[in-house]
Amino acid sequence: MIYIINYGAGNIGSITNALEYLGYEYTITENPDMIKEADKLILPGVGAFGEIMDNLKKQKLIEPIKKFIDSGKPFFGICLGLQVLFERSEESPGVKGLGLFEGEVVKFRQGKVPQIGWNKIRPANQNEFFREGFVYFVNSFYIVPKNTDIIATKTDYYLEFTSAVQCKNITATQFHPEKSGEFGLDILRRWLEC
Amino acid sequence: MLTKRIVPCLDVKNGRVVKGTNFVNLRDAGDPVELAKKYNEEGADELVFLDITASVEERKTIYDIVRNVSRQLFIPFTVGGGISTVEDMQKLLFCGADKISVNTAAIKNPGIIKQASSKFGSQCIVVAIDAKKTQNSWNVFINGGRTDTRIDAIEWAKKVQQFGAGEILLTSMDRDGTKKGFDIGLTKIISESINIPVIASGGAGDLKSISDIFEYGCADAMLAASIFHYGKFSVSQVKEYLAKNNMEVRL
Repeated sequence: MIYIINYGAGNIGSITNALEYLGYEYTITENPDMIKEADKLILPGVGAFGEIMDNLKKQKLIEPIKKFIDSGKPFFGICLGLQVLFERSEESPGVKGLGLFEGEVVKFRQGKVPQIGWNKIRPANQNEFFREGFVYFVNSFYIVPKNTDIIATKTDYYLEFTSAVQCKNITATQFHPEKSGEFGLDILRRWLEC
Repeated sequence: MLTKRIVPCLDVKNGRVVKGTNFVNLRDAGDPVELAKKYNEEGADELVFLDITASVEERKTIYDIVRNVSRQLFIPFTVGGGISTVEDMQKLLFCGADKISVNTAAIKNPGIIKQASSKFGSQCIVVAIDAKKTQNSWNVFINGGRTDTRIDAIEWAKKVQQFGAGEILLTSMDRDGTKKGFDIGLTKIISESINIPVIASGGAGDLKSISDIFEYGCADAMLAASIFHYGKFSVSQVKEYLAKNNMEVRL
């Protein structure tokens, strides 16, 4: 069973719609004891870095998520669900992220912020999920991973930034595959089939 | 870099898509879910639904439309029209809308922008500005273009950005439905006065008028209704034209 973490802030309607459309059953949960039951785990994200970490902490979800990832089962993070995998963010100084990857989250300093719209992803490492194409972004911040081996795709917005990571059982995107038309659904489909 | 977005707009009244000129003379243009599917297939980058239903009672149809569209289409879509409380917004987001557009409510109660953007995130909140040229500036109109607020459109755009709006949907009332081309002056000055994306609306006519609003009007996206509903151009025709003119689009 696929579990979607509901920590209160995110609008999870679009991801559940996408899973239904692709023919997958899912469970939405905020229960820390349930996470270990999942075969696959999705962490969606809308809102602010500090707010998400705060909610995950309050709901005692941090350790269960880390344990799930340690177990080697597939994990997918979307938008802030990608950012919180890192150590910290300029958005919420002093707030610790999950710290599963070394690196930080910084703000775009050029162009209109947030970046809203369709932008191109280019695959950067060998992985089975991402091809070159357009996806939908809404973000003011982007990740800067220390270990460049985890970078799965890159995208240009006044500078080149990491738009997705892929490392062992962790896949996470800055963009919204659930809002990126057929191209985005294909990314989800490939992950769901893995 | 980001592509220029092409956004078909569906004005919905009592559950049907309608289209008027200068905000009046409404004609039937089809079923909202069917039109949404068609535009998605043609490559629309987003969709906007504006509920222009007069009575609160009949407005409930918009929730079903939002639900049906969000289950079948996986591109962003915005819902606007008559939304005046955070509860309304919550309900629409729950039904599957990605963004909420507010217009009259934002003028009457600017606090709603802040409230909504801190609750749902700025990316969710689009402030729609209906602007009409006066002697040497543009005024903001509300109530579907019936009431002149005498507020300067540029000043208002700056304010809503401060309050936390994520995007501005800027409609030129003078050009709406006329197919005479967008108001480039208005769009450019607003786009350059703020740091959030501007969706230009009102006046989409020939293909050149669309490339002009991107090239000279500094718009981030263009919204149109009539040219798409009545088959003057398909979304893909517009995009192919822009691509030929060296603009980045999602083909």
